[in-house]
Amino acid sequence: MEIERRKLGQVPAPGEQPKTPEELRAKQLRARDFLRGDLSGTELERYVEQSVFTTTLEKGLNWARANSIFPATFGLACCAIEMMSMITSRADLARFGAEALRASPRQADLLILSGRVSIKMAPVVRRLYDQMLEPKWVIAMGACSSSGGMFANYAVVQGADKFMPVDIHVPGCPPRPEAVLHGFNKLQRMIRGQPDLGWRQRYNAIGTEEWARLEPGGPTPEAVEAAARAVEPTWVARPSAPEPRTPGSEAEDVRDGGTS
Amino acid sequence: MPDAPGLELIAQGINDEHPGAVTETSLEHGSAALIVDPEQVLGVLGWLRDTESQRYTFMSSLHAADYLPATPRFAVHYELICRDRVERISVKALLPDPSPNNGSDQLPELDSCVELFPTAEFQEREAYDMFGISFRGHPDLRRILMPEDYVGWPQRRDFPIGGEPVLFTHNEIETPRWFE
Repeated sequence: MEIERRKLGQVPAPGEQPKTPEELRAKQLRARDFLRGDLSGTELERYVEQSVFTTTLEKGLNWARANSIFPATFGLACCAIEMMSMITSRADLARFGAEALRASPRQADLLILSGRVSIKMAPVVRRLYDQMLEPKWVIAMGACSSSGGMFANYAVVQGADKFMPVDIHVPGCPPRPEAVLHGFNKLQRMIRGQPDLGWRQRYNAIGTEEWARLEPGGPTPEAVEAAARAVEPTWVARPSAPEPRTPGSEAEDVRDGGTS
Repeated sequence: MPDAPGLELIAQGINDEHPGAVTETSLEHGSAALIVDPEQVLGVLGWLRDTESQRYTFMSSLHAADYLPATPRFAVHYELICRDRVERISVKALLPDPSPNNGSDQLPELDSCVELFPTAEFQEREAYDMFGISFRGHPDLRRILMPEDYVGWPQRRDFPIGGEPVLFTHNEIETPRWFE
């Protein structure tokens, strides 16, 4: 097929730019014929083969996701300074389509843990992560959020993956913006290459949801909700209690969060 | 800082009013210190604050310390400043450990000086948080830095450091063939 097309001479192979003026002219004429509706049969097929790029919806979606990540505006410690300089014109995170930092976890896809997580901050970080919508990713930036780093003491969690799933660990103290960009590119590669399942699939953690962990004889979701309502201030507008779900309906939730 | 005779005069003045309050004086590293009986620490602080010739009216710091091999084990340091004469004096109350070898969870106790120096409120909470020193009469004695449900007194010397063991060259011998 390939040899045959080259023998025909005028048209370059798919994905190849026309090299000579004759080739370019031939391509132009072919396009004109196609627009006029003069092409048919094998010629039409060949033209479509050369001009149209086909892929699966999933791949296309992953490609779009990987190139339009919204990181959360969230700094923990000194690494956050390097994270900020990642966005500046020198490192320029915008090259990879992630320059839109969102100030709300509800709108963010990516949480960059830029610094040490103290044990008092850990529940806050975890809550922020839980508030993010699927699909979501986490980069542990620097030694502290990856392993505790130099803070081997009573106040700092020894690695953020003790309380939340982490996709990419970037070493450094602090890592240079280029290093974080490299980690970011690896994350993009991961998103593009793997099906964009949520972390529960990645970590094989189906059934660890809070509502799924309720024992059959234990408190009902309504009772848990009522207890939560009892300790929280009344002025917080709480949504009504969620529908009690079973682990069987999990698959639908995953599809909603992932590709469909 | 009061000089040596001045410090002795202060100690004498306090002991006249509160017998046996000042057990020792020290003048080291450019700081004058009164080592006092922990049961009478409020009397000493009140005397230093209210006596007309002293007027140590400003408490710049209250902090605890743990001198573990030594007895008494704990100390609470009060750093007082006389703003008029720009003089400092520190008051040390040495506290024995009520439960040596972790026999029980009884805490060392001391009178709270929040009534005398309101700034001590948060600093006493910090001393309680980090060293587990219980201040009698504190209006709101609970943890200030660590989470409320934290267990243990992290700045005590017998508190495990925690974290991951890190291999340095000096402890490589203790962990032979660590790389396997």
